[in-house]
Amino acid sequence: MKARVTVSLKPGVLDPQGRAIHHALEGLGFAQVSDVRVGKLIELEVADGTTEAQVAEMARKLLANTVIENFRVDIG
Amino acid sequence: MKAAVVVFPGSNCDRDLMVALELITGKAPIALWHDDNDLPEDIDVITLPGGFSHGDYLRSGAIAARAPIMREVVAAAGRGTPVLGICNGFQVLTEAGLLPGVLMRNAGLDFICRDVRLEVVNADTPFTQAYRPGEHVSLPVAHHDGNFQADTQTLDRLEQQGQVAFRYAEDVNGSARNIAGILNERRNVLGLMPHPERMVEPAHGGTDGRRMFESLLAILA
Repeated sequence: MKARVTVSLKPGVLDPQGRAIHHALEGLGFAQVSDVRVGKLIELEVADGTTEAQVAEMARKLLANTVIENFRVDIG
Repeated sequence: MKAAVVVFPGSNCDRDLMVALELITGKAPIALWHDDNDLPEDIDVITLPGGFSHGDYLRSGAIAARAPIMREVVAAAGRGTPVLGICNGFQVLTEAGLLPGVLMRNAGLDFICRDVRLEVVNADTPFTQAYRPGEHVSLPVAHHDGNFQADTQTLDRLEQQGQVAFRYAEDVNGSARNIAGILNERRNVLGLMPHPERMVEPAHGGTDGRRMFESLLAILA
């Protein structure tokens, strides 16, 4: 089965990549964009029965740096 | 003084660091591999070199910080052994939890490779005691992820407790309060983005990096 960990920057943390992408979108004429934040999607193939808590532990120990990042686990 | 240089897959300043350590301490350091489980008992100082450990995958230093040898490095730091992390080594130390904060992508998004002016903020540490407090020195930086960030309380605490070792004399990469290098509370762990090992003989264009290794030598010899 699959588990998905979505890692995103915490609100308020400066995202220079997001800013550069926003700037490029503006350059393409997409004036309706007011902010861009870049995150990561990590897909794990895990053994059946793996719990959300176990995947959350992986996220806390390695997949996310909780100083600056939040994460969300979706399983199944 | 016996030094160790921890080598990760993708380290690329390990050789420079070994040459500088041997030049200044008169003794060749030993190299430790990331996969090693043991630290020789007679090691006086542990150094983590610059580079792109594990290709900077996931986050700079994140995978190296979980390498088997890092358990030994964390334990040695807890015993008071000086640990010096330079550039990628600094990133590894923050990811390993030995130093607070994070090193994010440079604010201008560019890889920055040039000499920078630094202020020695704390000269009362095993790494900096050969410098004068407030002195300005010149060292090279070469990094993409050197933008030091931490929450306001952490930054205040670092400043109040003398844990800021070096500050950029001007904004280089967007780092909070222009911080270039920080210490742990006990001051036996230093992480910094500039490269002291690349400024140790006149042919390098300067020798301002020498005194970091001389500081360690004076204390540990």
